[in-house]
Amino acid sequence: MARIAGVNLPPQKRVEIGLTYIYGVGRSTSNTILAKLAINPDTKVRDLTEEEVVRLREAIDGSVTVEGDLRRERSQNIKRLMDIGCYRGIRHRRGMPVNGQRTKTNARTRKGPKKTVGARRSKK
Amino acid sequence: MSRSAKKGPFVDERLMRRITEMNQAGQKRMIKTWSRSSTVFPEMVGHTIAVHDGRKHVPIFISESMVGHKLGEFALTRTFRGHVKSDRSARR
Repeated sequence: MARIAGVNLPPQKRVEIGLTYIYGVGRSTSNTILAKLAINPDTKVRDLTEEEVVRLREAIDGSVTVEGDLRRERSQNIKRLMDIGCYRGIRHRRGMPVNGQRTKTNARTRKGPKKTVGARRSKK
Repeated sequence: MSRSAKKGPFVDERLMRRITEMNQAGQKRMIKTWSRSSTVFPEMVGHTIAVHDGRKHVPIFISESMVGHKLGEFALTRTFRGHVKSDRSARR
């Protein structure tokens, strides 16, 4: 069982895909790493030799920020924006879209489920 | 698209001149500026700059982590006072 960067042990998948189970590694990073190490991306994770696993582990520890480190880095970046009180930070604080998207409609991912506010007509 | 590296970051010349003057004289006064598009430079750290938000000048104390942002990012141009509370109370 291959265990790389802490918690990851992807099973009967191809390495190319298996590596993407690591937070911070996608298809393209996965492919560059495999190409650099000259490992065939089509080999199944369980068919990797012990030596290949070690090489993969070293390559990932050495060259990419993954898992906890990456998460921490991301939240620190966001925290910095919030602390300096800039526009983007304020948008993060309010849970609104940050990159200038429209909010008249949509933006539901950031704003969460709809809260109806509509002005009701008063009963006569 | 980002600005050409050849030109370097943008600052309003007048603003920068006043900052350097104040740095040389070692004094700190508030500077009013309309130049929201100016980049925050390391020289500005520690100064208070009043950035125009379209209506008034908002005083902003420049700290180290603000370097590289634009002045306008710190003076919001919109006032949002929230939506009208649900009509239930207004109903008879």
